[in-house]
Amino acid sequence: MNTTRVDWAAVKADFPVLQRMIDNQRLVYLDSANTSQKSNAVIDAMTDFMSNGYAPINRSAYRMAGEATDLFEGARSKLQRFINAHSAHEVVFTKNATESLNLIAQTWGRANLSKDDVVVLTHMEHHANIVPWHMLVAERGIELRWIPLTADGQLDLSNLSALLDGAKVLSFTAMSNVLGTITPAKQLCDAAHAAGAIAIVDACQYVPHNVTDVQAWGADFVTFSGHKMVGPSGVGVLWGREELLEAMPPFLGGGNMIADVRLDGFTTAELPSKFEAGTPPIVEVIGLGAAVDYLTNIGMANIRHHEMELTEYALSTLNVRYGDDIVIHGPRNVEVRGAVLSFAFRDIHPHDISQILDEKNVCVRAGHHCAKPLMKLLGANATARASFYIYNDQTDADALADALDGASDIFGV
Amino acid sequence: MPGLEDLYREIILDHYRTPRNRGELAPPAVMAEGHNPLCGDEITIYAQVENGVLVDVKVSGQGCSISQSSASMMSQAVKGKSLAEIQALVHRFKVMMSIEEDADDAPAVEVKMGDLEALQGVVKFPVRIKCAILSWNTLLQALDNASA
Repeated sequence: MNTTRVDWAAVKADFPVLQRMIDNQRLVYLDSANTSQKSNAVIDAMTDFMSNGYAPINRSAYRMAGEATDLFEGARSKLQRFINAHSAHEVVFTKNATESLNLIAQTWGRANLSKDDVVVLTHMEHHANIVPWHMLVAERGIELRWIPLTADGQLDLSNLSALLDGAKVLSFTAMSNVLGTITPAKQLCDAAHAAGAIAIVDACQYVPHNVTDVQAWGADFVTFSGHKMVGPSGVGVLWGREELLEAMPPFLGGGNMIADVRLDGFTTAELPSKFEAGTPPIVEVIGLGAAVDYLTNIGMANIRHHEMELTEYALSTLNVRYGDDIVIHGPRNVEVRGAVLSFAFRDIHPHDISQILDEKNVCVRAGHHCAKPLMKLLGANATARASFYIYNDQTDADALADALDGASDIFGV
Repeated sequence: MPGLEDLYREIILDHYRTPRNRGELAPPAVMAEGHNPLCGDEITIYAQVENGVLVDVKVSGQGCSISQSSASMMSQAVKGKSLAEIQALVHRFKVMMSIEEDADDAPAVEVKMGDLEALQGVVKFPVRIKCAILSWNTLLQALDNASA
């Protein structure tokens, strides 16, 4: 990966919320795997559109409506280039990655899966890539198989071909929201295709932090959310190969997704409108387009490099300082992990850790991270999770390490 | 911002470190499971009710200091009480957690909060009210099961 020099302090300064002081302490935001903060570029793009040009898209003849449509479709083209999709109409706007995965299960899944058909998932999936398939188990009697994990939290692919034997779907995360593990997406897509299955990549944690090339992966569907990549909440993306999207039945019915409606039926619109019923999140899509520009200007390779360095620093700082008192889940090698650190600390419950860190304005997630099957494997009901992004630096990792001392003080451990 | 000392009172930490009435009860005791879907905490309450009195109660499960200490204190407070007394205590506790309104009419049964007063600080940390209340709702569920 070619990287260039980035002024990371200037990046941090682009995020106004990080200027906020609470109790005279700066904000140390380490919850970006949950949702990311918003840059001025995104806030300004959304404000400008609402202040100066808000209008419907695709359905009115006046100039301002045309401008809005251009902005909206311009954002789609930005997303297309960002993930190297073959064409812009393969990019479908949804509410979030969860809706994108549900869309696939409810449309492609219902059209193609019946009793005893096999869907292969992994033990590190988010609930969003588990429950929609469980729903098809209940409705259709499909069978789920699970790729297990190695001791250090990577996918155990030693039995992959047997698991994929006869499968119709392999749906997996490109990066675990709990372990930070980056999975070998291209290898998995190839293996799925070799077995005659389609490959669905939940890239919700991956796209915000890495160069994404859906064609290089050879994926069939890729899903992600805008709000984890400095964009607003309320907009997500489903990318799918054109021939698959064309063949799928529609998802939600209503305005915009139709070519014709009669008393005796309807015909669907062309892609991508076919999957975009009703007025979409216009402002949010435009904000996401601004987010893509912002991230592209920094450079996704630079972002990945920055986060690898930061992850290495955070892992070694916490390990040196706390030794065996801290257990950080997932692979130690930052080549195969993103900037997500789920940890257990001195038998203190994650909820209490999070509460005590909050006293120092250090914001981390505590809980099961919507991955209960994985938590069960880890032998924990919950973990604390610190996750880093472009606006974090070594001082944030230091603040986390310092704040953990406070937890020891209160619980006397 | 309220200080952490309001939340982590010594008596709370004592109940967390040394939880009372831990364990299980065999049938005919009834049980109920409670989950806090936000944080993954799980709690199981076992209740043995005889002639309208909760003669024994046990708590199992995992959770944070607030949910575990609340369960421990609750088990002490309700053991040996009549169902009417327990209903009144649950109401008092929920009022303290600001999730139920205080009724104007005087309670039919006198309620002593005792150690439970230590949990008053939780209300200053709204996110944690769910932790404190989990065992109480689970107890109500168990008592419902007992009368079903």
